[in-house]
Amino acid sequence: MREKAIYILAILAALVMIPNLKTVFMGLPDEAMQGAIYRIIFIHVPAAINAQIFFTVSLVTSILFLVKKNFLWDSISVSCIEVGTMLVLVNLVTGSIWGRNQWGIWWAWDLRMTSQLMCFLLYLGYLLVRPAIAEPTQRASISAFVAIFAYADIPLVLMAIRLPNVRTQHPGPVLETGTMAPEFRAPFGLGVLAVFLICTALILIRQHQETAQREIDSLRRELHSI
Amino acid sequence: MLAVEADRVWKYFGDYPALRGASLQVPQGACMALLGRNGAGKTTMLRILANLSRATKGDVKIFGDGSRSDIVRRKTGYLGHGIGVYDDLSALENLMLFGRLLGVDNPEKAAMEALERVGLERVKDGMAREFSRGMRQRLAVARAFIHQPELLLLDEPFTSLDDRAINVLQSLLKDALSRGSTIVMSTHQIREAMELATNVALLERGKIVHAGPQTPEMLADPGWLYRTYGDGPVAE
Amino acid sequence: MKRGLITALAIAKKDLQTELRTKESINASASFALVILVLFSFAFDLGREELYAISGGMLWLVFSFAGALIVNRSFARELPNDCLDVLIASPAPAWAIFLGKSVAAFLLLFIVELISLPVFGLFYNIHWTDRFGGLLLVMALATWGITVVGTAFSAVTVNIRLRELMLPVLLYPILIPLLIGAMGTTTALLGGEPMFGQAASGEALASLRLLVGFDVIYTSLALYMIEFILIV
Repeated sequence: MREKAIYILAILAALVMIPNLKTVFMGLPDEAMQGAIYRIIFIHVPAAINAQIFFTVSLVTSILFLVKKNFLWDSISVSCIEVGTMLVLVNLVTGSIWGRNQWGIWWAWDLRMTSQLMCFLLYLGYLLVRPAIAEPTQRASISAFVAIFAYADIPLVLMAIRLPNVRTQHPGPVLETGTMAPEFRAPFGLGVLAVFLICTALILIRQHQETAQREIDSLRRELHSI
Repeated sequence: MLAVEADRVWKYFGDYPALRGASLQVPQGACMALLGRNGAGKTTMLRILANLSRATKGDVKIFGDGSRSDIVRRKTGYLGHGIGVYDDLSALENLMLFGRLLGVDNPEKAAMEALERVGLERVKDGMAREFSRGMRQRLAVARAFIHQPELLLLDEPFTSLDDRAINVLQSLLKDALSRGSTIVMSTHQIREAMELATNVALLERGKIVHAGPQTPEMLADPGWLYRTYGDGPVAE
Repeated sequence: MKRGLITALAIAKKDLQTELRTKESINASASFALVILVLFSFAFDLGREELYAISGGMLWLVFSFAGALIVNRSFARELPNDCLDVLIASPAPAWAIFLGKSVAAFLLLFIVELISLPVFGLFYNIHWTDRFGGLLLVMALATWGITVVGTAFSAVTVNIRLRELMLPVLLYPILIPLLIGAMGTTTALLGGEPMFGQAASGEALASLRLLVGFDVIYTSLALYMIEFILIV
């Protein structure tokens, strides 16, 4: 049943993404000010939007684990956070490339990129701590705790970098101001959808792997005790 | 009334069950020796009874109360593997702190009495780190008994105690029993346990395979229990 | 609730007593702070104006590094002799144990900060005495944030491998908004700007709001959830 779901998701994602990529690369004209590089936005922003979606899911499943103690929630949490962190990394790298092209520098401490970097660091802590805990119940409880603390920080980070004294060299990128031209909206929406479908498939795969690994570990322990 | 009622307790560490539907009933005033090999689940069971750990499945009632409330915990005394005293506090300070945490009415008086009981009153102001091993053990025992608990949970209490500490512990346990307290004690030292025990339970791979009053056969030959109900002989 | 607070106080007193007797972590922390202050002087070769501009940043970097050492000890000191088990098995509620330890860590870190501040003023020729009131307020709010989150992660990392490494990895990203607020306000204070009243620019108030918000959110989260970490 899960495998069927994964295949269906993958096929749907391909059906959405491949024509979309074709549109993005060949159908749309070059943008007036930026040239060809603006197309990076079709992966840069969907990555960020989906990362936030999956981090929010991980918040909910972390709370659910602490309440219900069912390891399924823990597996979903870790899968969502791994995928979300990867998406944030994609966002940072594409943003950096875009910045290099447009502003001549690889990094600028603007509002968006800075908050994404903070997000990355917060969840990187989660990913680093998890393997250091041997016992599965403790690992899941601690992970849930860290995930909730990390998520709570995001609004605080957004508040902090908007403080007047914090230097922000450049204004936000294109989406911060102004609206998008109509012919860009459809490919953009499809881009968000495509990334969502792919990542959901990845999460299902990872969640299953996490459950299987836990079962193997406990069988191994049981075997030793005989 | 049952002091301890554990009903089909399961404890999972990840997917590995350390306790598999272990059921235990300890009547009030009994002294139960919980026997079992290493890895059988004795420490896990005691930790669940002491509220240090939560059972994954199953019910645990202490004096009929299934909650983890502080009222229940005030009636319980726990002596685990570690001695549970602070090295950088004096004997008296240690006992006063724990007295306070355990809800004792007059911590200083209770601490002094406890020190006298275990024979440490002359070193009451000595730092715990300066004590010899036997003295630290006696201090640990004082700590476990300071609030005159109605239920005592002891994890291998006789292991590596010196003579004096063994005597002190045995006399304190006898006193507690005569006061009507209940004792659950996990042990390898079958002989010392059997002298005090009124009831015996055998834990094997997470299950209680036998529980009942102590019998003359058990007292005469402690290995009998393992051979009869367990997996095999204790030692060749 | 009242019993819980009495318990928290007893635990705070115990932590302070044992720490002040051995002075292990306070010595290490204060020495570390001093060493970093000296290192900074080699790292930057700045004139007076620029020094004032980075003063808040420098000070809070020093305080947060020193703080990590102190909070690391917080739950770690319960490990020898299995004292943590005894505390948890006792009637003391988990939140009271946590609160007592946070308060103790707060006071210890505050002591280290009060030692470092004059040294900082001395080394870098920065006048702070006339702004001490405002500084004290910022220090109190931000230090509480550091210790409450730090003590929570101290409980989290107490039993895992590489504890000393994992604690900073978890702690610093979470503290970033707090440190941003503290650094900005401290720089403004040391630079002579007024915090309240007509002449104030409102920046300081925004930062203070951030600090208070951080403290309230994380204190509530930690008090509520620490039980899941301590009793598994």
